Formats: sequence, C-alpha cells, structure tokens
Amino acid sequence: MNELREIARTLLTDGTVRVIIGWEEARRGARPVFITDPADTDRLIFDTRCVHNLITYLNPRRDNVAELGKIGLVVKGCDAKAVAGLLREAQLTRDDVVLIGVRCGGVLEEAEHPEAAPLSPENVAPRCYGCDNREPDLVDHLLGESQPEPPRPVMTIDERVAALDAQPLEERWAFWTEQFSKCVRCYACRQVCPLCVCERCVAEKSRPQWIEASPHPRGNLSWNITRALHLAGRCVDCGECERFCPVGIPLTLVNRKLQQIVAERYGYTVSDDPENPAPIGDYRLDDQQEFIK
Amino acid sequence: MLPDHREEKRGERRQHGLGDGPPVEVGAAPAGGEAAGFQPRITAFVCNWCTYTGADLAGTSRLHMASNVRIIRLPCTGRIDPLFIIKAFERGADGVIVSGCHPADCHYTLGNYHARRRFAVFHDLMEFIGVDPRRMTFSWVSASEGAKWRDVVNEAVTNVRALGPFEAYRALAPEDAGVAAPAGSSAEIEAS
Repeated sequence: MNELREIARTLLTDGTVRVIIGWEEARRGARPVFITDPADTDRLIFDTRCVHNLITYLNPRRDNVAELGKIGLVVKGCDAKAVAGLLREAQLTRDDVVLIGVRCGGVLEEAEHPEAAPLSPENVAPRCYGCDNREPDLVDHLLGESQPEPPRPVMTIDERVAALDAQPLEERWAFWTEQFSKCVRCYACRQVCPLCVCERCVAEKSRPQWIEASPHPRGNLSWNITRALHLAGRCVDCGECERFCPVGIPLTLVNRKLQQIVAERYGYTVSDDPENPAPIGDYRLDDQQEFIK
Repeated sequence: MLPDHREEKRGERRQHGLGDGPPVEVGAAPAGGEAAGFQPRITAFVCNWCTYTGADLAGTSRLHMASNVRIIRLPCTGRIDPLFIIKAFERGADGVIVSGCHPADCHYTLGNYHARRRFAVFHDLMEFIGVDPRRMTFSWVSASEGAKWRDVVNEAVTNVRALGPFEAYRALAPEDAGVAAPAGSSAEIEAS
C-alpha cells in the first residue's frame, strides 16, 4: 500500500499525471477516488474490497474525466483487459494514461465491507476464480507481492451456465424472460460498462425505434440481447453490469456464455494484449458454418 | 372508437387475394389440433446480389414453393443487424430466414464473412436464451440456385409449422400493443 501511495505521489508531484484514480476507504467500504493533490495520496488503498472497474472512467463517453488532464489509474488484471479493449478499438491511446498495476488475489463480491475481509468461497467474486491475468502485463508499474489464487466460489459461473444449458429450451426461455422482465431500463449496465463506448446508444434511437423504450418484457428482451451481443468477444468479465443492476439480473451468465461461444468457435479469449483483434469484426475464410444451410 | 382503416384494408386485401394466394402445402402438416391449419409467417432477410436474384430465378422458373415467406431485400448479409431478426419476431414473425452469397462470392468481398461470425454468435445466444434455432434458418443461396432457395423455403416452413406459432414471443407484448393479426393468417407483417 505504501508502494502505491509512493508511486502516486511521485507521479502527481513530477507532473506526469494530473489526477490519480484509485480506491479509498469510506464509511461503508472501499470506493473510487480522484486524487489531484499529492498530499492526499495517503488516502489510496488496495485490498479485497476494491472491486470497481475504474476503466469506466476512461470510457470516451466520459469526456469530463478526460478534461482533468492526464490520468494515472490503479488497475487490477481484469481492469487491464478493459484498457486493452479500449486501445484495440482506438478509443484510447496508450500515452493518455499511466497504469499502476496491482497484483491481485481476487476481490470480494461486494465493495461494502467495513474491513478488508479475507476471501472465502462464500464471499469471493465468482468471476475471480480461474482468473488468468492476476499480474497484468499492460502496465507501467506493477506493485505488490505475488498473491495466492482466489478461492473457488460455492458455484462457479461456468457451472451456472452449464446448469442453464442443461435445461430444455422452454425452461431457459422461461428463466430469461422472467429475469429480463424485471429490467427497469435504467441502463446502469451500459453506463458502468467500460466498453459500451457508443456516444449514442441504439436503445435511445427513436427513428426508427429498434428497441422499445418502455420497460415491458418484449422491449427488455431486445435490449438485453442487444447489450449482450454488442459485447460479444469484447466483455472483459469485470461483472460491473451485474453488480450495478438494481434488480439483480444475472448478466454475468449471458456475458460468460458469449465468451464461451467465441472461445469455442474462434478460439478467442479476451486478454490484455491490444494487438489481438476482437473476434467480431474479424473473420477467417474457414470459420465454422455448421448452422448455415 | 375510430374505425380501424388498417383492419379494413387488410380485409380488402384478403378479399382480393392480394399477396395471399393459397399456400402450397409443404411436408406433412402436424396431425390434428389447432396447429393443423397453421400458416407460419416467415420473414426472409436476403442479400440483393445472390439470394434475391436466386429467389427471382425460382419465381421465373415457376418453381412451386410455400408462400409463407416475405422477403426483405438488403444490400448484403453484412447489412443485416441481429436487431432485424428480433424486430421481425416482435412484429409477429414465426420464423426468419437469413440468406446471402456463398463465402468468397460476396459482392462487397467480405460482407458475408462478417455476417457469418455475427450470426454464429447470435444463433448460439438465442439458443441459450431459449429460442428454438429451427425458427432461424441461415443459408447461402447463389443467383443460380433457384431450386436451393425453394428447398430452403420449404424446409423452413416445414420446421416452423411443426413448431407452431411463436406464441412465447407474442406473449411478451405489452398489453396495449394493439390487435395482433389473427393466428393462422398470412397477413403481412405491419411495418407500423
């Protein structure tokens, strides 16, 4: 932690960056913080409560953040994948940002804990299990000691997807339409997503209106399918959409399913290598086409 | 209540039989039940250069095929957004067909390669959500394959007829969504 504060102080003092975005201790747990004064760098923390994906602040939709000047960001491995996603799609240039990587041993499911609790199968964020990027490469500084692997959650995301997959079509339809019917169309999933970068979302277009705007099951289904499809092969599995969803739609399951689809069909796994092209928008001459007559 | 001109117009059309010729029976109709006389509505999104021309050839060659398919012509399969398919289901389609040029034949060189990936992912996602993949037919039909187009259409109609009307999707409609076209009719999908 001292290492983190030291680096942040140096970066701010020598003018390399104008603002450091990291986490601080708050009354109810950890929360994101913007630090512009070197004297404030002691507020920075990193522990298992730092679940937020701060890359959402680099999203080009948030031009008010870019106005602050050059940004220094504290990133976990999963967050670094989101940076790579923005770089891959030319939404960011590498020089725009200084990345302070932290070695991560997994985070809690919820940020709101008064103290940094040790991880257990009950409280660990399920996405952390099997993480392949706990020591990100795409960073300027890599801090902290090597961390142990995160514990296996009570039920992994892959197991939950497999359980759904094992059900008959009608059951899956019933499950998802019920989940999506809860949607209130607050678009929190989109707003918090680091990779939902469109300035004007198709959900807000009214001429023609592709996605019905009012929260009823039919429009909700269109919206949720579209959101998921637009993130196919791009989602970095940070789980922020589900964490922010006020009605608890298990969006992680759809996202993970899409990851499995692109992995199976195109051998693609999302990484923090911005040179690796995303599967949608790319093609191979011999792509599978068993579903085409 | 104001008279519904749309309904009237529909009635007229039916009377005059415009676009509503007796569909050719394809395959074995499901035995008994209400679905026996069910005429599915199928929306086909086809590319201008290959499949549309292929369908045209099927027509000029006087090939007999089911008349349940309504064709929407687009420049390229690469122009077909999965939202089109979702919209078709929303507007009452029981099935969809997406068809374009064979790989390596795309008029725009790459459009169908991109479409292939997009629809592979869409196909798998819809199956995960619980939509029967037999409601969605994807095919490559070239300009010379009128007979293949007939087979694609007939197979899609047979499949969707066996599955019955897509009531599960229609049940999602908001209550004030207006009167749905009567089940079993092959009324055109309203582009309201």
